[in-house]
Amino acid sequence: MSGPSSIEVRLTGALGTFALAAEFEAPATGIVALVGPSGCGKTTILRCVAGLLRLHGSLRVRGEVWQDDARGIFLPPHARPIGYVFQEPSLFPHLSVRGNLEFGLRRVPSAERRLRLEDVADLLGVSGFLDRDPASLSGGQRQRVAIARALLASPRLLLMDEPLASLDRASKREILPYLEHLRATLDIPTLYVSHSPDEVARLADHLVSIGAGSVRASGPIAEMLTRMDLAREQGADAEAVVDATVTGHDAEFELTALAFSGGTFLVTRTAHPIGQRVRLRVLARDASLTLEHQTGTSILNIFPAVVDEVVTDGASQTVRLDVGGTPLLARITRKSGATLGIEPGRPVHVQVKAVALVD
Amino acid sequence: MDDGAELWAAVRLTVELAVVTTLVLLVIGTPIAWWLARSRAAWKEAVAAVVALPLVLPPTVLGFYALILLGPDGPGGWVAGLFGGRSLAFTFEGLVIGSVLYSLPFVVQPIRNAFESFGPRPLEVAATLRAGPRDAFWSVAVPLARPGFVTGAVLGFAHTVGEFGVVLMIGGGIPGETKVLSVAIYDYVETLQWTKAHMLAGGMLVFAFAVILGMLVLEKRLARRLR
Repeated sequence: MSGPSSIEVRLTGALGTFALAAEFEAPATGIVALVGPSGCGKTTILRCVAGLLRLHGSLRVRGEVWQDDARGIFLPPHARPIGYVFQEPSLFPHLSVRGNLEFGLRRVPSAERRLRLEDVADLLGVSGFLDRDPASLSGGQRQRVAIARALLASPRLLLMDEPLASLDRASKREILPYLEHLRATLDIPTLYVSHSPDEVARLADHLVSIGAGSVRASGPIAEMLTRMDLAREQGADAEAVVDATVTGHDAEFELTALAFSGGTFLVTRTAHPIGQRVRLRVLARDASLTLEHQTGTSILNIFPAVVDEVVTDGASQTVRLDVGGTPLLARITRKSGATLGIEPGRPVHVQVKAVALVD
Repeated sequence: MDDGAELWAAVRLTVELAVVTTLVLLVIGTPIAWWLARSRAAWKEAVAAVVALPLVLPPTVLGFYALILLGPDGPGGWVAGLFGGRSLAFTFEGLVIGSVLYSLPFVVQPIRNAFESFGPRPLEVAATLRAGPRDAFWSVAVPLARPGFVTGAVLGFAHTVGEFGVVLMIGGGIPGETKVLSVAIYDYVETLQWTKAHMLAGGMLVFAFAVILGMLVLEKRLARRLR
């Protein structure tokens, strides 16, 4: 994975009494989420990648060395092609919205500019208040301006530090679709710090799980969410994500068909065009197992699968399944597990009672 | 020199002194304030204390040391020698140096407070938007600290206009050269010229009121814009 399309982070150091030793590699494509409990060092890592904070180690982003203490290299933040979205919008109060957006834009050589102010303003829905003062905007509007401002610095890597954490519920709901839209339309690799499983499941392509100052695991989201050691902590809330493509709409029954590597989901009809990529979330407690393909059931989504791994937790078991290459989780009782003889390698059928469409 | 001309000379000299002093204070006070606001050096408060000394010292003490520094045997005399003079004491330049020392805390403190008030975040944002330290200072720190600059400049100006002890010690009271308003008032009272003393003293009273009122109004307006 090393090379021009990866992010390589190697950091060690102490901040007061807090020691950090983080090492991971992630693809420099899509959204890489840094997740973990608060105080685990996620923000510290992000600030080091930005150059706002200096710990010992090395950083290489898309083939460029941003820090390498062994060779005495450390690029200051203003020399790194980044965009940074802080938890609070942090707009410049002495500048208008337009002045804020132009701040980074004007400092990027015109040959390196990849986005136009008007386009980004439209994308984030801030065109309507370009000439207003930041103080006159709502929290959600301000954070949208902050995101637009970071994008206009034409970053080769976008850094987002819990951009929704300081917002109320309504503003969060207002911004999430914009973030999903960005992910779909702009191809800017993003490091996204979050402690919200919901945001991560909706947005992330790759997950880096951090605990108490070190990296616990790193991998593609579908794999990471279904990893037993991580899923176990979620208990009944464990879930899997499935990336699928819209393949058709059934007008008669008002259903939409979504194909993935293990079959085709049928969901209530959506407005997505055929060919569009969508993400589905399947909660472990919404999946059940049978040995034979059930007929005479009201459940539409039934797929052949192979049991991959089983973890017992009191009266319950979490079962990781391989559904034609896509991992899914099922939460069953230990008694059912024993009755069906659930063990790794066992072919089963998984019945999915409910799926949620992300975008 | 007739009476009117003498009055007018004192007013003009005072304004000139205050303007020059304020400009010098902004030029040297800003980097001091920036350093005091941003440095993490353990001894920075010692520097801050030195800057603040004139707040506590009797002006005559400051004036006494300034006189020694500026006199023929001090560094001031040496500097004056370069220009063919003998001493910086009892000159306009000497008054400016004394006034700068005396009014320094009134300019440094508000600017330092203003630099500290917005914290490190705006400068971090500027850095992530490709602004180098110098660029960020001019495009972010200075505009955000504008209320502090206004307060510092007004206080520095007004405080220089109102000083007495220091200018008396190092300026003497040479009409048209070092005899500023406050010294002139003192002389008029000494010589029982009550009318002239009244004119100058009353004028100062009105001036002081106008400065403070103006500053309060301006500060409020600037603070509202930056909120």
